[in-house]
Amino acid sequence: MSESNVILKVDAIETYYGQICALRDVSFEVHDKQIVTLLGGNGAGKSTTLKTISNIEPCRVGKITFFGEDITTMPPHKIVELGLIHIPEGRRIFKDLTVRENLELGGFTRRGDDKKRDLMIDEVFCRFPRLRERHAQLGGTLSGGEQQMLAVGRGLMAEPKLLMLDEPSMGLAPLLVAEIASIIRDLNNEGIPILLVEQNSKMALGLADYGYVLETGEITLEGPASELIKDPKVVKAYLGIE
Amino acid sequence: MENKNNLDLNNGEVAVVHEGTAKRGFFTRIIDSVYSFMDKTHNKIIVAVILLAFVLTVPLWADNYILQVAWNAMFYMLLALGCNIIVGFTGMVDLGFAAKFAVGAYTSGILVHTFGWNFWLTLPIVVIVGMIAAVLIGGPALRLRSDYLAIVTLGFGEIVRTVARNLEITGSASGLSGIKRPYIFGTQLTRIWMWYYLFVFLVFLFVVASNRVKDSRFGRGLAYVREDEDAARAMGVNVVKFKMWAFIVGTVMGAIAGAFYVMQMAAVSPNSFQFTQSSNILLAVVLGGMGKVPGVMAGAAFFSIFPEIFRSIGEYRMLFFGIALVLVMIFRPQGLWPERRRR
Repeated sequence: MSESNVILKVDAIETYYGQICALRDVSFEVHDKQIVTLLGGNGAGKSTTLKTISNIEPCRVGKITFFGEDITTMPPHKIVELGLIHIPEGRRIFKDLTVRENLELGGFTRRGDDKKRDLMIDEVFCRFPRLRERHAQLGGTLSGGEQQMLAVGRGLMAEPKLLMLDEPSMGLAPLLVAEIASIIRDLNNEGIPILLVEQNSKMALGLADYGYVLETGEITLEGPASELIKDPKVVKAYLGIE
Repeated sequence: MENKNNLDLNNGEVAVVHEGTAKRGFFTRIIDSVYSFMDKTHNKIIVAVILLAFVLTVPLWADNYILQVAWNAMFYMLLALGCNIIVGFTGMVDLGFAAKFAVGAYTSGILVHTFGWNFWLTLPIVVIVGMIAAVLIGGPALRLRSDYLAIVTLGFGEIVRTVARNLEITGSASGLSGIKRPYIFGTQLTRIWMWYYLFVFLVFLFVVASNRVKDSRFGRGLAYVREDEDAARAMGVNVVKFKMWAFIVGTVMGAIAGAFYVMQMAAVSPNSFQFTQSSNILLAVVLGGMGKVPGVMAGAAFFSIFPEIFRSIGEYRMLFFGIALVLVMIFRPQGLWPERRRR
């Protein structure tokens, strides 16, 4: 692929928790219109990678650029304003706020324009009719699948130019995992590039164009998803068939 | 399967709530029915009018002692409303709120007493000093985890008291006394009923300010920070800035309350700013229902009036006070009148 359509470039980043090195020399790229997935087991550094990109965890070494702009040390709220939206692990919706209030937060970076905000909430409701039914309910009373929809809807409110999803399938029944997968596919078809972190490698590789495998903080394997899914190492370690 | 997951994600929070609703006691049901009664707008207006009429007519029948207690309740409401911005709206723990009203009290007290300023002209200075104090404490502490803020505010509370006790300009251990009371429209505020009405007016202003904050973009940001700091940050809320401003607004409200307090007392001494004072204010906010303005006011009224009602039984009243607190924690762990009914 050509350099010109690289929207997110992560260049040799290192992140530490105190003295412990969580990411070492991690580099990857997300191209326009792509779904890119980061695979790996528990503690491999998948979530840390996303947190480092959105600067919730500071990056000690390396460089991160988004649409050519250096965002390595940019404060998190500025990164959101650029349209790089992180939907954190465990959904992290506000359990004591209503569905609507949760969505309002998503448009937080856009000041003042209430009309546009209401319009966008309506769009989210059209996409997820079940959220419309429950708009006045507290977030914590939603089912796991609905909470994930709410988390995605909240992310969409910020008009993402790149959506980073951290384990959207976590803790969901197989039927709901399929539903979330089709939501991700739809969003991508509408032109939103996606960086997907998953433990459910089968689902992730089924969706993605390109994949990277993280092991104890380092990228050990990369390639088009269609090749990774056949790679004997990936099959053995992450897909668990034969 | 799915449900189980829900519970895990909530760090057990939902589990606790379920337990609470499972054994809804008599006490809880009474309060819930009061709550649903208050949910209707016209009921709200009726209750508000009756309360307001009552509050405004207190000086007509009350003796000086009752007025003093009522005034003190108003004062506590001011402090609790200020503290509520920090603790209730934003979810930060402040263990040294007394220091904030000490800052206002001493600023105004010194300017009037030592430098002969007009009290009303000291108010802008009180606001500025309050802001400076907030930035000094909050600047370093707000970047850290919230537990550190609790320690820092606790320390600041003690520092302010110790400094006041040892400086000459603050009158050292005996404090300042014989401070000239201010005038309104040429009338000196000497009678307690005047102060009572002035403080009712101040409470009104603080309530309006609190509601304005709550309904603004700023207030919504604070609610997001309170609910989940990381998620708020991930969605583009500048967490440190929002916390800083909440801290400043709360501190300034405390400082203003302190400035008026010192003028009514016509004196100020370091003993007014003990740690128990800070903990009472914090408890009033938590007990009343974090973030809910009427709840916080009820909590403050409870804290200032309860010990007075049982004054006749001497120190035993603290025993009943303790029992009352334990009862509230068992039956209303989310406060008497919380922000939202949790189901």
